[in-house]
Amino acid sequence: MPWITRGLSEGVPTSRYPRQPDGYGPTWFGSVAVRSQQDTGREIVTGQVGTGSGRGVVECPTGAISAAGSQITVDRGRCILCARCIGNEPGIFESDPSVEVAVSGREMLVVVDGDSGPALGQEDDARLIQLQASLAKRTRRLHRSIHIRHVDAGSDGSEEWEIAALTNPVYDVQRLGIFFTSSPRHADVLLVTGAGSAGMLEPLKKTFDAMPSPKVVIAAGTDAISGGLLAGNYATSGGIGEALPVDVWVPGSPPSPFSLLHAILLAVGLLPARSAGATDSLDTTRPSRRPNQRRRTGRRAKRAPEGQGQ
Amino acid sequence: MTRSGPLRPATGTEAAGAPLATRVPLGDLGTEVAGLTSRGARFAGLFAIPDPSGTRLVAVSALPGSLVVMESHVPAGQDSFPALTPMVPAAAWYEREIHDLFGLHPSGHPRLDPLILPLAEQSSRPDPMEAAGPHAGPGERPGEGPYRSNRPAELDSTPLPAHLKGEGVFTIPYGPVRSGVFESIEYLLETAGEVVPHLRSRIHHKHRGIERSFEGMTTADAVLLAERMEGVASVAHAIAFCEAVERISGATIPRNAELLRVVHAELERIANHLDSMIRHTEAAGQAVAFARLSLHKERILRLVARLCGHRFGRGVVQPGGVLGPPRAGSSEVLTALERIEASLRADTDLLMRTPSFLDRLRGTGVLPRDLVAAHGALGPVAKGSGQLDDARLDRPYAAYARLGWEPFRPRDGGDALARQWVRLDEIWGSFHLARQALDEMVEPAPWHVPLPDADGEAIGWAEAPQGEVLYLVKVEQGRVTRVKPRSASFHNLAIFPAAFPKDIFTDFAFIEASFGFSVAGAAG
Ligand code: SF4
Repeated sequence: MPWITRGLSEGVPTSRYPRQPDGYGPTWFGSVAVRSQQDTGREIVTGQVGTGSGRGVVECPTGAISAAGSQITVDRGRCILCARCIGNEPGIFESDPSVEVAVSGREMLVVVDGDSGPALGQEDDARLIQLQASLAKRTRRLHRSIHIRHVDAGSDGSEEWEIAALTNPVYDVQRLGIFFTSSPRHADVLLVTGAGSAGMLEPLKKTFDAMPSPKVVIAAGTDAISGGLLAGNYATSGGIGEALPVDVWVPGSPPSPFSLLHAILLAVGLLPARSAGATDSLDTTRPSRRPNQRRRTGRRAKRAPEGQGQ
Repeated sequence: MTRSGPLRPATGTEAAGAPLATRVPLGDLGTEVAGLTSRGARFAGLFAIPDPSGTRLVAVSALPGSLVVMESHVPAGQDSFPALTPMVPAAAWYEREIHDLFGLHPSGHPRLDPLILPLAEQSSRPDPMEAAGPHAGPGERPGEGPYRSNRPAELDSTPLPAHLKGEGVFTIPYGPVRSGVFESIEYLLETAGEVVPHLRSRIHHKHRGIERSFEGMTTADAVLLAERMEGVASVAHAIAFCEAVERISGATIPRNAELLRVVHAELERIANHLDSMIRHTEAAGQAVAFARLSLHKERILRLVARLCGHRFGRGVVQPGGVLGPPRAGSSEVLTALERIEASLRADTDLLMRTPSFLDRLRGTGVLPRDLVAAHGALGPVAKGSGQLDDARLDRPYAAYARLGWEPFRPRDGGDALARQWVRLDEIWGSFHLARQALDEMVEPAPWHVPLPDADGEAIGWAEAPQGEVLYLVKVEQGRVTRVKPRSASFHNLAIFPAAFPKDIFTDFAFIEASFGFSVAGAAG
């Protein structure tokens, strides 16, 4: 079989996300969610649910979990998705299969119990609308095609694989008018990975400065957001947020290609208003979100345009 | 050789081939190691372990069947030691690294340029390892407590000075921000025209201080960091780390756990080798082959996610075994493997008969066999030049000793094409091993054993897609107090410039892809 007809016999592998849901999404988990107290059917008291370590609710390797009274929060910006909390305390934590985990504000990554949490309500909605407006203003001229400059600022290498995957026939971002460029002068989006290693901060800033305005910065991956497991050592700066003004945050260790794509679309305002989501469940091995949790989901859907394919 | 020393495993029940340290006087370490390599051993690394009375220098050499570990002591207050590099050239990068991190001067080192931490001025050296010893107490989490609050290192950001002088000499700086989606690394190509006579690389931009972050972690947390040392070889790093921890505690992990480790390690190998081949096809402008191989790689990553919920197999390998049974049944996985392999074989059969592709690889980036042997290169880089060392066969771990092997075909062309053939051979071998491991898993069975508390030190190893990974691990009171990972990427990168004796500039992408290194793994 010559090259040109190769693969035709195997059908079209290309995803139709974001226009239509992609069945693959939920085979890994997108983020950690805190179950509502109603679901767990018990009062959450820190001392009772702890593992006895005296460090908090669960020994989270990156300190992403904190508890104040009965209020439990998870900072997805620090979470490396090790799933330990879900394994140890399945009554409190659960996996959220949505791959649409990108947000436009760092605080939005801090999630609470849907029913008892300090509602991320009015203020955040207003702030988001403002953010979206300024994003739209900054990216208005980009609506034909988008050029992305990627910079590795101390990643573990897996993020680069997932970004490169966006050009494979499955994700095929060229179909959406998204291209990677090597010249910062032609770039609209700066996609940064890594914990912010000392040796990359200057090259990173130089690349940012060389890009024309308006420009959008995406912190891709938990390491880029908070430093992950490397936070606070002598060689990294605990994420890139101090070096650059970050517009979009996409957690994950590494973020999956769909999550990266979600972040890019969010950054440039190209996310369909009611995306069908990449989350219809084929995988039955993962605990999936239950219907009575839709309340919280709905609110998140308003903040970062995100729908659920369930 | 005396069978004692601090690196002795905590119990006598470990498998044959476990490393045992021999103490040698500091002045003799170089001669002893050189003596071993002259008798056919492969130099595998030189590492420092700070202790209250100074610094221990641990030299590791590999023989078929075992590792030979020798150690010397640099007393506190002494800031230099006799360099091994003049006698063991492969030690050059290790000594530069020790100089950067510990401030110990290897006297007699021919070229002591900074490697992973070029500090702005000597006086600001943060002494990254000085706090090693007492482990972090409770409450010392990342970003909290004095233990981890070293002031950030200030780096010297001057560009590499040119080496070549003369008329018509061009210097081409390349990186650290690359063109394309690549990890950051800096090259300086100095050329007089189309020929590349001189190449240097700098990896420090990505140095993340991983070794320091390990200190004070529980073993359960530390394996998560090991997975991120070289993120594309997470499984191999996790296995090597856990092998060391399990050796310290004298535990034998369940058979099923050993088999599942093999399944994930081999899928990781297939994905990495495909990645290298994808980069070759991209550089050669083989658009269809690029798309096809990218699709196969995506299928492998999805299969991994189907097995464990993570596309890179993270969270599977844990001290004492694996997290649990695969999420997909053996028959489903076997069917998927069969489909991917058949489809991939059809594509690679055609690719490896495409003259325009082969021409770009043949004779490109030739590594002479004797150089590869002298350096003790690892993985496909070594196998392409006829050096067949493979930890899975020579120092078997996990379930490898029980699985059937297809014999390695010798490939000794030493060029990018030979390395490509090695990777293809290894891919088929990986399918074969993964299938056997899946077949042998039985349920119900334990997947995990609790590890008894034990203090001690040990070395664990695994054959990553890039070559042998070593983990030197020290555990005290349930915490790791020193972890030194050594990736094959670090070891192999030192001879990367040797692959450019006469190649034109346009071969660069091929030679880099054929090395298949990870900068994260090299810079630490
Ligand atoms: S998944 Fe792991 S890193 Fe994330 S919050 Fe849970 S314990 Fe912490």
